[in-house]
Parts: sequence; C-alpha cells; structure tokens
Amino acid sequence: MKYSVRIGLKKALVYTVSFVLCVMSVMPFLVMFVNASRENYDIQQGISLIPGNMLKENMQTLRDRQNFNVARGMWNSFQVAGLSTVLALYFSTLTAYGLVVYSFRLRKAAFTLIMATMMIPTQVSIVGFFTFMFRMGLTNTYWPLTIPAIASPTVVFFMRQYMLTALPLEMVEAARIDGSSEFNTFNRIALPLMKPALATQAIFIFIGSWNRLFEPTMLISSQDKYTMPMLVALLRSDRFRTDYGTVYLALSLTVLPLIVVYLLLSKHIIRGVALGGVKE
Amino acid sequence: MKNMATGRKNKSVSYARYGYLFILPFFLVYIVFQAYPLINTFYLAFQKYMLTGAGKWVGPKFVGLDNFKNVLTKGYAIRALSNTSIMWIINFIPQIFLALLLAKWFTDTRMRIRGQGLIKVLVFMPNIITAASISVLFYSLMAYPQGPINSLLATLGVIDANIYANPGTAALVAVRFLEKGWYTRIAIAFINFWMWYGNTMIVLISGILGISPTLYEAAEIDGATSGQSFRKITIPLIKPIILYTLVTSLIGGMQMYDVSALMLQDGSPAKAMIQTNTMYIMELVYSGTKDYGRGAAVSILLFIVTAVLSLILFFILRDRDENMVKRRGQK
Repeated sequence: MKYSVRIGLKKALVYTVSFVLCVMSVMPFLVMFVNASRENYDIQQGISLIPGNMLKENMQTLRDRQNFNVARGMWNSFQVAGLSTVLALYFSTLTAYGLVVYSFRLRKAAFTLIMATMMIPTQVSIVGFFTFMFRMGLTNTYWPLTIPAIASPTVVFFMRQYMLTALPLEMVEAARIDGSSEFNTFNRIALPLMKPALATQAIFIFIGSWNRLFEPTMLISSQDKYTMPMLVALLRSDRFRTDYGTVYLALSLTVLPLIVVYLLLSKHIIRGVALGGVKE
Repeated sequence: MKNMATGRKNKSVSYARYGYLFILPFFLVYIVFQAYPLINTFYLAFQKYMLTGAGKWVGPKFVGLDNFKNVLTKGYAIRALSNTSIMWIINFIPQIFLALLLAKWFTDTRMRIRGQGLIKVLVFMPNIITAASISVLFYSLMAYPQGPINSLLATLGVIDANIYANPGTAALVAVRFLEKGWYTRIAIAFINFWMWYGNTMIVLISGILGISPTLYEAAEIDGATSGQSFRKITIPLIKPIILYTLVTSLIGGMQMYDVSALMLQDGSPAKAMIQTNTMYIMELVYSGTKDYGRGAAVSILLFIVTAVLSLILFFILRDRDENMVKRRGQK
C-alpha cells in the first residue's frame, strides 16, 4: 500500500476512535440533562435526546415535595471549598518561600519530610481524626474540613517548583536593601509573582475540595450542613425511587456549574494537568 | 571592615530564623491535624472502643492485636483489599493502554491530528465532575428494569423489549446491573476508567512532548517507522512518567470510596464483591456499634499498604527532583 494511503487510513481510524470517545464522555451528561425535563413515564419508556416539557414541574417537585435544597448545598460546599483554597494557597506559598529563599540547617530535612508526607492520604487516619475532632467538639462544623488545608504538601511541592524558576532571589535582596521587612517582601513581591501558579492551583484545590465525599460524610451529621456531594448521595434513597425526573434534575443542577466552570477554564485546567503530571 | 563582616554574618543568621518562621504554620497544622490523628489511629487500633447493643461505651481498653486478628479472620479486611485491587486493575490496565495509544496518535508528527484541543477538553471533562454525581448518574442509568441502559439494550434487541417477559423462561431479560457482583464491579471499574483515562493521556502527551524532536528526526532519517520510534524512543524515555502514573493511581485507587459506595444499592448482594477498605472503615465506624477499634485496625492495614507504595513513589520523585536541581546548577 502506498504510504500516503496508509497514513490516510490511519488518520480515519484515529478520528473515528476520538469521535467515539468524545461521544462517550458527553452522552451520560446529555441523557441526564434531557431526562431532567421529562416526565417519569417517558423516562421509563427509553432514552431520548429531545428535551421534554416537564422541567418546571420537576423543579417544583424537587423543591416542594422532596425538600432537596440545592442552593443550600452549594453555599455549604462553597464555604468549605473557598476557605480551603485560600488557606492552602497562602500557607503553601509561604512554606515554599521559606524553603526557597532562606537557607537554614533543617531546610533539606523539612523539604524531604514534606515530600514524604505528600503521598499519605488523609483517609488512613480518619478514625483517629474523627475521635480527636469529637473530643474537641469540632464534629458537625466545617473547621476539620478547612483548617487542615494549611498543610497541603502537594501544593507546597508545586509552588516550590514554580518558585525556583519564577522568583529571582536578587529581587528579594533588592527589597531588603529598600528596607522592606521579610514578611512584607513575601506579601508584596513574591505572592504577586506567583499569580499564574496560584491561579492553576486554585482551580484544582477548589474543585478537589468541592468534590470530597468521604471526610464530610464522616464529620458532618446535620442535614442543613451537608455539602453538595453528600446531598447527591441522598438521591439514591427510597423517597426518590419513583421520581426519576427529579433525580436527573437534581443531578443536573449539581453538575451544570462544574461543566460551565470547566468549559470556561478548560485551557488552564488541561495545562495544569500536563504540568502537574510532569512536576517539572 | 571587620565590623561589616560580622554584621553581615549576624544578619544571615537572623534570616535563617525567617525560614523556620515561614514553614512553621505548615508543620504545626500538619502535626495537629494529620500526624497526631495518625498516631491516635495507631493507638485506637490496639484498643477495644465501641458502643454496645445496650448503648453503653466500652473502652478504650487495651486488647493487643485482637482487632487486627478479628478484621483479618472474621472480618472483611482481606476481602475489601482484594475487591479494591481487582477493581483498580480492571480500571487501570485498559486506562494506561488507551492513554498510551491516544498519546502516541496525538503526538505523531506524520499524522498531525487536528481538533486535539477539543478532544482533550471532552475526554478530560468527567475527571472534573463530582464523583458522587457521576456515580448516582450511572446508578440511575443502570436501574432495573427500566433504566436507560436497559431500555437501550431492549431497543437494540439485546434483551426482550417486554421487560416483564417471564424472567423464568425468556433467556434475555432486563439486567440487574446493581445486584450482580461482577456487573457492579465492572461498572465501578468502568466509571473510574472513564473518569481518569483523559487525565492519564494528558500527562503522557506532555511527557512525550518533552522529548527532544531531534531524536525522532534522526530515527526517521534512519528509516524507522512511527511504531519503531514509539517503542524504542518514546516508551523508554517516558517510563518514569508511566511509573509515576501507576503509583499515584494505585495509591489513590487503594482509597477508593465515592464511586463504589454510591454504586452499592441498599441490601444488594453485590456488596461482598465491591466493598472497599474505606467503605469497610466507614461501615465499622458509622454503624450502630461505632467500632472505632476495628475501624482503626483496618485503617492501619490500609496505611501499611499505602506506605509501601508511597515509599516507591518517594524515591521516583526524589531522583527526578535531584536531576532538576542538577540541571539548574549547570545553567
């Protein structure tokens, strides 16, 4: 076979497979959005890609009869994810700055320790964490979900890598000569220089925190404090068993904001994934 | 002259203090919220500490290795570990192969595939969406008997269109996806695969793009096919990245909770085949008996497995970091 024909055939294969995979990524969400606007009976009759006209009714059922408060869940998740993101960003950058700018005896040991802790997941200590938080009277509050973000080893690691290339030490020296205090130099000079890295990390920390289910399930008990994923888990319960339209609608409401945010920021997110994977 | 020198020396000592000061919040919070809870978990793993049927607390009372013996022999720790590993394997093997294949295609300069930006955006999308929402979505799609997937199978003629067709006689009836262990296992593995192959693909592509193009040009001049270039140049050079992906995925996979917990239908017999370690911990600690002792014992077993894997990753990363510092030094 001629070379150009072979390349042409191969390209056709690549485009076909890519198309199938793209459909596979989108299809479940599409079915979900469409079903959100259909009647229970129609949903049971089969898949359709044509929206129904029951959106308003489903919305009403969800709000009035099922008492499923999406807005509340979002606000709760927003508080947890927002505070976690701010704390993780500020203190990780501060830690990275301490490791990059100053030379002190335990610098290398500290960095090694941070790297060693990086891969110990929080799940393995959840039982001890829970009983400790219970003794402190902090269960059913958001503190155990947010304060630990101050110690985010992966963010420190990323910030340090970025700082090694983005922060010229001469600049810190110059600020010192101009009489800037160390803390001030960090806040006024180093932090603004880190903006691109901060933005990328912010997206990942926020979404990661927003999506968490295990820890909140363990720690939060009253339903008005449920975060979004906890609320979603309720959709499997019996009271929704015969209300398919409202289940799909509730799911759509939880997924839609993420899809919108993702599509707006996809360029940064994908670049961030590429960067994070190589870690260089 | 002498004064100046000592002055500078004093100054640099005082700067070192700032180093400690700046890393202090991290370590304080780490010790209180992560290190201490881990030690506490170790402590609890050797205690009997639970709620009795009568609603009275027992313990904490030292019981040696009883909790470990219990969860390993009478309990479900081994079963949970094997469930987790099996679901991870049937997710990861297709995931890494598909990701490698796509990465090879999208970086092939001879093909120059267009629309890559869009493809990446779409296949990565499930990774960003809340796993809980995705699981409940698939849970609904797989409902029995009239969930959308069963409807689709009926439309395609794979199963009987009449869902109430005598289940005893008809060979092909609607599938109880959420009640049969292997179906549920595969569904869970598929969701994880579907959520993660895009991520792995992007990581691999960025690794491949980091390889010097001159290597490929030289190979092409020597008459290498794109398959040969891929096997002899790409694969060996991105081996560390593949290894990194493998270990991070394995560590994350061992903590698997969201998808499998939400794909478990209440009272489904599939539980024996899909319960993971974190689900087991949750069950022990959250159920009526609030068995913190045994919950902690399962946690420690999980910690040991994870720590071994982390250690491997730690060495991979450390070597890479040292290479990077060396390269900076050369510049």
